Amino acid sequence: MTQTPPPVLDLCKLEISLPKGADRPYALEGLDLTINAGEIVCLVGESGSGKSLCAGAIMGLLPEPHVRVTGGAIRFMGEELRGKSDAEMRKLRGADISMIFQEPMTALNPQKTVGWQIDEVLRLHTKMTKAERKARALEMLERVHIPEPSSAYNAYPHQISGGQRQRVMIAMSLVLSPKLIIADEPTTALDVTTQLQILKLIRELQEEEGAGVLFITHDFGVVAEIADKVAVLCRGELVESGTTDAVLNRPQHPYTRALIGAVPALTPPPVKAASDAPVVLQGTGLKKTFAARGGLLSGKRKAVTAVKDLTFELRQGETLGVVGESGSGKTTVSRIVTRLLECDHGSVELDGTDLLAATPKELRALRQHIQMVFQDPMASLNPRKRVVDLIAQGPIVHGADPKKAREDAKRLLELVELSPAAANRFPHEFSGGQRQRIGIARALAMEPKVIVADEPVSALDVSVQAQVLKLLADLRDRLNLSLLFVTHDLRVAAQLCDRIIVMQKGEIVESGLTAEVFANPQHPYTQNLLSSIPGRDWTPPSLHTDAA
Amino acid sequence: MTFADTEIAPPEPPRYVMFWRRYKRNRAALLGLVLFVLVVLMALTAGIIDPGDPLRRAGEPLTPPFMNWDTPLGTDQLGRDVLSGVFYGARISLLIGVVATLVAIVIGVVIGALAGYFGGWVDDVLMRITEAFQTIPNFVLLLTLVAIMGSKIEWITLAIGIVSWTAPARMVRAEFMSLRNREFVDAARNLGVSNTSIIFREILPNALPPIVVYASVIMALSILMESALAFLALGDPNYASWGNMIGQGRAVLRSAPYCAVIPGIAIILTVLSFSLLGEGLNDALNPRQKK
Repeated sequence: MTQTPPPVLDLCKLEISLPKGADRPYALEGLDLTINAGEIVCLVGESGSGKSLCAGAIMGLLPEPHVRVTGGAIRFMGEELRGKSDAEMRKLRGADISMIFQEPMTALNPQKTVGWQIDEVLRLHTKMTKAERKARALEMLERVHIPEPSSAYNAYPHQISGGQRQRVMIAMSLVLSPKLIIADEPTTALDVTTQLQILKLIRELQEEEGAGVLFITHDFGVVAEIADKVAVLCRGELVESGTTDAVLNRPQHPYTRALIGAVPALTPPPVKAASDAPVVLQGTGLKKTFAARGGLLSGKRKAVTAVKDLTFELRQGETLGVVGESGSGKTTVSRIVTRLLECDHGSVELDGTDLLAATPKELRALRQHIQMVFQDPMASLNPRKRVVDLIAQGPIVHGADPKKAREDAKRLLELVELSPAAANRFPHEFSGGQRQRIGIARALAMEPKVIVADEPVSALDVSVQAQVLKLLADLRDRLNLSLLFVTHDLRVAAQLCDRIIVMQKGEIVESGLTAEVFANPQHPYTQNLLSSIPGRDWTPPSLHTDAA
Repeated sequence: MTFADTEIAPPEPPRYVMFWRRYKRNRAALLGLVLFVLVVLMALTAGIIDPGDPLRRAGEPLTPPFMNWDTPLGTDQLGRDVLSGVFYGARISLLIGVVATLVAIVIGVVIGALAGYFGGWVDDVLMRITEAFQTIPNFVLLLTLVAIMGSKIEWITLAIGIVSWTAPARMVRAEFMSLRNREFVDAARNLGVSNTSIIFREILPNALPPIVVYASVIMALSILMESALAFLALGDPNYASWGNMIGQGRAVLRSAPYCAVIPGIAIILTVLSFSLLGEGLNDALNPRQKK
């Protein structure tokens, strides 16, 4: 009998219990998972599926005693990890098992230089001399393709970009050549172009080192990009696992089918007949700079230009997508056209009236016609108000009879597919998608002509995202609304937008019909964006699911 | 299997039930509540226990406690009943505590809210004024105010309020600065809600929990300040307050210590009850802070 090496990680009937009063007794129930050397296994699931706790259990970093492993086995290189002492686990962590976190800004110590932090790992786990450690750290920084490793070595985390911070995290976790790398949503906080680079880097280094990778993500695009094997978690249960090809293209379990069915395809909507509908919203020559306020003695700091010379028009019943990466000024645009932010230059005409030149009194009347749906459904609803008051607030401010406004609010709840029983609850009693529906109802209560939506689905799980997008598209068509849709997610833009404008550093680099821009991008930046979409070569199979 | 996102969770119990559940988890806070209720009862029943003026002569001067059941806690050097003094004192102390706290919180909230919400030069001006108040030691300012205004109980209360508003103002300002950038404030602005409404009806309710907690601290401090004034013989002599009793008991501290000790205990327990109460409120109102 030939001796096959034991798998890097073998989870067997892993069971993690949750404290009393949680929504279910176990965070994970009977999870079986095997990771061999040189393999990337993606653990996919929506928020609350228990995927991050799984990582915590392997590292021995669960918030005990409330949440703890109550059954099963965790074998690392054939060795049982459960029951190991803290000291033994500390030795393993970093050296043999390492972790890459989601948010490199918070995972790195802001007080210490990058070099010091890599050095610390080596100091704790090896007997290298100071010079050797420094050489090794610089070598690692080079391997993660950081430009000028020697200057990065002396930099503090805030002095380098988000993508570079994630590279530093990767360098830190790989410096001791661990056998198992756990990556917990390592690219979720990054822009698409950076995300692709980081994914490539993880793949490349993992092949060189021959390590096993447990890659936790919620994004099927990322899965298609990087995984060898996929395991799908649903509320703590493993519902499906197999090779990437099998799971992504021939999913069996209804949950997986629903999830994959909810991934927006990269096919833009059919081109509507050349629109000659009247223009409802027109922005001309918009410009906004943020002047940083200096201290008493430090003098003025450099002003940052968020938007320079932006011109666009939005026709009735149309959806205009504003697409760009973080820092492109797209959110500033949404705040300028709703005049939540004062603009330096230019005009925004709503049905022929300039919104930016309106007096405060005129503005209050104009606000009826342009409403906003916000990004974070947690933060955009006042936690101390009942849903019915939240929705009825706008009409009441504009002089509607409070009693009638509340009646209307209940009807609006039905329009966004929520039960009228929701009216007397507080926002925290709802899930993210439900809250976003309430936000939409609030915007609709004013019977606006234009709705500005600032990343309305980016905080939501993919299946919920699909439902909210469908609702938005539905309402747009039924109520003949015009939508200004700000997003960083090109898949979402492809689903909903008739036309898009692509922004980079405050300027429009390309605009046109979504289908045309996607099929034949002209500007190099747009080309780069489109080719960076994770899993762009994978088209989600069209599945017949019973889910909405 | 369906994944519709529109089914809503079963309703939570009403807010006050949740509040009480969280509050009673803290044993010390329950003790604080019991003490507080006792003080309130004392204030309410003072007229029943001893009808008449607590400052009248009730028996032989300097009767020790538990000697004469007409004056169970004894009498002071002028023959005044210590027990009824303690009961009536509870009224004055609570009154001063509540009113002075209200004054301090109202000034603090208005100044802090304006500074935090508008920022810019409004913030600069208001905060420089606040700092000017903060640089003068509280008690020195209080003595000055009382020296100017006189030691009538109304003025003393107002003066205590005036020297206590700076800390809540800074706290409210910090709360407002973090809350004004939240999206729900933008959402309200986008609906055309006026600034006054945003400040008082949107942001203030969210900023209130830490203020309520801090109010209990101010209340305890106000009672102490009034006692300290009375101890220095600057209190209002027309009312039986705990501070007055200690101040007068000081003269006979060696021969009849109970004259100062009994009202002293009353002050300690009252202040203790407020700070325990504050801690319990903190647990109940800011549940996330602890977990």
